[in-house]
Amino acid sequence: MLEVADVDVARGGRTLLRGLSFHLAAGERLAVIGPNGAGKSSLLHTLIGDHAPARGDIRVGGRPLTALGDRERACRLALLPQASTLDFPFTVDEVVALGRTPHASGAVADRAVIEAVCAATDIDHLRRRLYPRLSGGEKQRVQLARVLAQIWRPEDAGERLLLLDEPVAALDIGHQALVMDRIAAFAAGGAAVVVVLHDISLAARHADRMLALRDGAAVAQGVPADVVTVDTMRRLFDADACVMTHPRTHTPVVLHG
Amino acid sequence: MKPRTLLVVLTLALPAALLVAILLGAVALPPAGVFAALVGQGDDARLGLIVQHIRAPRAVLTALVGALLAVCGAAMQGLFRNPLADPSLIGVTAGASAGASLAIVFGGALSGLAGLSLVSLGAFAGGTLAVIVVYRLATDAAGTSVATMLLAGIAIGAIAGSLSSLLEFYASNDMLRRISLWRMGGLDGANWPRVAIVAAVAVVILGVLPAQANALNALLLGESEARHLGVAVDAVKRRLVLLAAAGVGVSVAVAGAIAFVGLVVPHVVRMLIGPDHRGLLPASALAGAVLLLAADTLARLVIAPSELPVGLLTALLGAPFFISLLRRRREYGMP
Repeated sequence: MLEVADVDVARGGRTLLRGLSFHLAAGERLAVIGPNGAGKSSLLHTLIGDHAPARGDIRVGGRPLTALGDRERACRLALLPQASTLDFPFTVDEVVALGRTPHASGAVADRAVIEAVCAATDIDHLRRRLYPRLSGGEKQRVQLARVLAQIWRPEDAGERLLLLDEPVAALDIGHQALVMDRIAAFAAGGAAVVVVLHDISLAARHADRMLALRDGAAVAQGVPADVVTVDTMRRLFDADACVMTHPRTHTPVVLHG
Repeated sequence: MKPRTLLVVLTLALPAALLVAILLGAVALPPAGVFAALVGQGDDARLGLIVQHIRAPRAVLTALVGALLAVCGAAMQGLFRNPLADPSLIGVTAGASAGASLAIVFGGALSGLAGLSLVSLGAFAGGTLAVIVVYRLATDAAGTSVATMLLAGIAIGAIAGSLSSLLEFYASNDMLRRISLWRMGGLDGANWPRVAIVAAVAVVILGVLPAQANALNALLLGESEARHLGVAVDAVKRRLVLLAAAGVGVSVAVAGAIAFVGLVVPHVVRMLIGPDHRGLLPASALAGAVLLLAADTLARLVIAPSELPVGLLTALLGAPFFISLLRRRREYGMP
């Protein structure tokens, strides 16, 4: 459903992405890894149309990304940014409900979606609290619930793409596992997911495919076992790492050299 | 509090406040005579004159100005994502003040237009011009930067302020007094033609702004978040800035600089019903009307038969209240 062909992105005289090509089918999860400043966030912002590619082609559901109107794009694509500030005393419930802004699905359907995403992100107990007073990890789960609410129902838009910029960075390991599992379940419902993760072992465990970026270009891409290698880690991070296989999940695990 | 409860309370309070504003003043009027005069059947000519030509237009104008200032304040705070923002931040008040001073100092011999004095026209022109300049300064190919707009508002405010000071330097004593009275704000110049002009602007603003409520709610999350939610952010920003400039500009033009209504009213409403603009915008408009009516009635009573400039009163009461809000902001979830 997502096709990226030979995309270059430049902003303010700096090249952010160069020659990037990949495609993603509905139900697939792509994890993007790489060092700081590699262009991971820029990639997500390009995929949702914030940055226009200088070269190359991005297609969503077979149509050029630029051909989608504001509203239609919002019904199909949602982005969880790395950080957002909301200083107004909305309740958690109201913040999640903002995810339904692009839809005209009616109050009853919206309520059902909000119930579902709050349960999925384990924020049911926070719903009446004021958002600005939550902890960092709680805020992150609320924002995740909001973007899930935006594209939760297959009947609102068939081909949906969820873009997540470090969705578990502020979460404890219990919630990390929970959120990654719920994202997998969401993808299994027919949505494609692109997720930027810093924890490479977590990425390898929860992604169908991985894309390793450095300086805006792909260093490696493919299934986790092919991407997470000692050699790729050295080329990505200039760091010696030890790559092992997880005894239970049999996915690669990275240990500090 | 439920938004609907507050809206009902305010809808009931507004006619009451209008009535009190008409009844009370330098001369307290008998209610029976006022009702008769309001429906055009009074037999007391003097009382009829006071009600129809002085008290009633003033009360309606006060309500309209209060509503406009408060609703434009609420919209600006949403647009700037800053609960402490105020229309004066984007240069409206300073520009209007410079325009009014200019008219007072140089416009002596010229007359006004359609019931508006030259001073009012100068104020409106100055306020609108300041906003257009601020908006242009903050807009480039990449869109409008709200942070730049705030800073440009400070810069334009400083320029307009120094222009006003320069004019005051050259003004005669009489002009100086008129400038300083204008700046304090007052509704004593009310007449029906003015009411008609402000009402026309108010109908547009109160009709269009509430339709932006969902976009404003999304904007509170951040501009790119709002864009990702399908909001045409740049168009919405342009619309909001224009509406706020027109609303505050026309208010300042007919009533001078009335401080703190645009800041304090939305703030109080937000404390009562939360920041959702679907309730906030209409409730702010109603509350602004009621509060300014109360303030103006008070301003006419405290030193009767002469009256205090209402802007002086709103600043005097609003500023301490605002300080107490600042000190207690954490209690209701502000950073």
